[in-house]
Amino acid sequence: MIRVVLPAHLRTLARVDGEVSIEVPAPVTQRSVLDSLERQYPVLCGTIRDHVTLERRPFLRFFACEEDLSLESPDTPLPEKVASGDEPFLIVGAIAGG
Amino acid sequence: MSTVRVLVGTRKGAFVLTADGKRDKWDVSGPFFAGWEIYHVKGSPVDPNRLYASQSSGWFGQVIQRSDDGGKSWEAPGGGITATPGEMPKGESNKFAYDTSSPDGSPLHTHQWYDGTQHPWEFKRVWHLEPSLHDPDTVYAGVEDAGLFRSTNGGQSWSELAGLRGHGTGPRWQPGAGGMCLHTIILDPQDPERIYVAISAAGAFRTDDGGKTWKPTNRGLFSQYIPDPRAEVGHCVHHMAMHPSRPGVLFMQKHWDVMRSDNAGDDWREVSGNLPTDFGFVVDVHAHEPETVYVVPIKSDSEHFPLEGKLRVYRSKSGGDEWEPLTKGLPQKDCYVNVLRDAMAVDSLDSCGVYFGTTGGQVFVSPDGGDNWSAIVQSLPAVLSMEVQTLP
Repeated sequence: MIRVVLPAHLRTLARVDGEVSIEVPAPVTQRSVLDSLERQYPVLCGTIRDHVTLERRPFLRFFACEEDLSLESPDTPLPEKVASGDEPFLIVGAIAGG
Repeated sequence: MSTVRVLVGTRKGAFVLTADGKRDKWDVSGPFFAGWEIYHVKGSPVDPNRLYASQSSGWFGQVIQRSDDGGKSWEAPGGGITATPGEMPKGESNKFAYDTSSPDGSPLHTHQWYDGTQHPWEFKRVWHLEPSLHDPDTVYAGVEDAGLFRSTNGGQSWSELAGLRGHGTGPRWQPGAGGMCLHTIILDPQDPERIYVAISAAGAFRTDDGGKTWKPTNRGLFSQYIPDPRAEVGHCVHHMAMHPSRPGVLFMQKHWDVMRSDNAGDDWREVSGNLPTDFGFVVDVHAHEPETVYVVPIKSDSEHFPLEGKLRVYRSKSGGDEWEPLTKGLPQKDCYVNVLRDAMAVDSLDSCGVYFGTTGGQVFVSPDGGDNWSAIVQSLPAVLSMEVQTLP
């Protein structure tokens, strides 16, 4: 199972608490994780990546294992510790303003 | 006794305010969708417990919400947890994809940008939801960048009425200060094929064939701030209103100027009359008196607050030109709020109630057509929109 941490607003929208765990077919990439996440929680479609282009929304970032993966190709395999479920895949809202 | 339900969209969530016909004691529920911008909430005239809400965020985009119990509970249509992966709708209630072809097959995908160059259409949010007068599962959505969408399955999926963007003037539309938004949708109660919309900053448009073909309806508008003040399109219409008994008579609050049309938008004439300033956003019509019209004058396009810090609604009982200030119960000093374009509504009780919300979070009601006002709430987040349902 892949662990995904959502921003608070998306947890509310998906009606989940804490991390979500999802089955993701190999290879475990940003694309396959997000495909599985949206399949399990259709309400999240369009909220993390654009409905049409499937590009990451501009004010969201992806992190895992203390690395910023936001600019990685969506088809690059995620770190082994994410694929094994040891570490979560983090979807983080960028801070704009203060 | 009848009750009223006021649906308030704010910068930080939605609120539902309810009262009996006296409209003096209010129950406030919410916030719903706390922390999200709620541009609009509106109920179906056919099934008043069917509500639609536009929930959006700069971070997470657009979400459509639906209630079937008058706002007690909400669901994103088709957005629940999938029972059988792969079989459920794929979150398409949030999907507003522009049709990229005009009716003749040529591409239409740019409009005028602030600097005059052409810019691709980019969906940002739903400004206004207008449920059908005949079918609770049919609802129209006016969006930014300006376009009109329709759902016929209760908001689960949306398709664009592309004839509006495709009729030919689209490349001359440009954003107003609030973005390039389609903010007004008026359905003709006597002619199901006729729809009016308004876009900032493009103008007013009408279809007479259910949305297939459209034409600009801006003759008579004069906008000094555009190169040709009488151009076919490019006018910054802020809002329009119609009385259901006279669907050919329209009132408009333009950027500057309050306007009136007596022939379904084919021609407009100014009815600003003795208003102290004719800049503003809202305009609405009394529920039982088609010639009684309300506006809230705002000082100017660079100072979005009432003149002299006095919050005054102006009422005309003659369909425009002659206006009287309504002040009783409204703050008459140090008030520097705005009243945004969709933030005024009326109920249809015998003594017509008039409501408006401010960017300062106040919601005011007048249960007697504007003579006396009181605040239902004083400190909500900035009010973006307001609709009223009169329930048996």
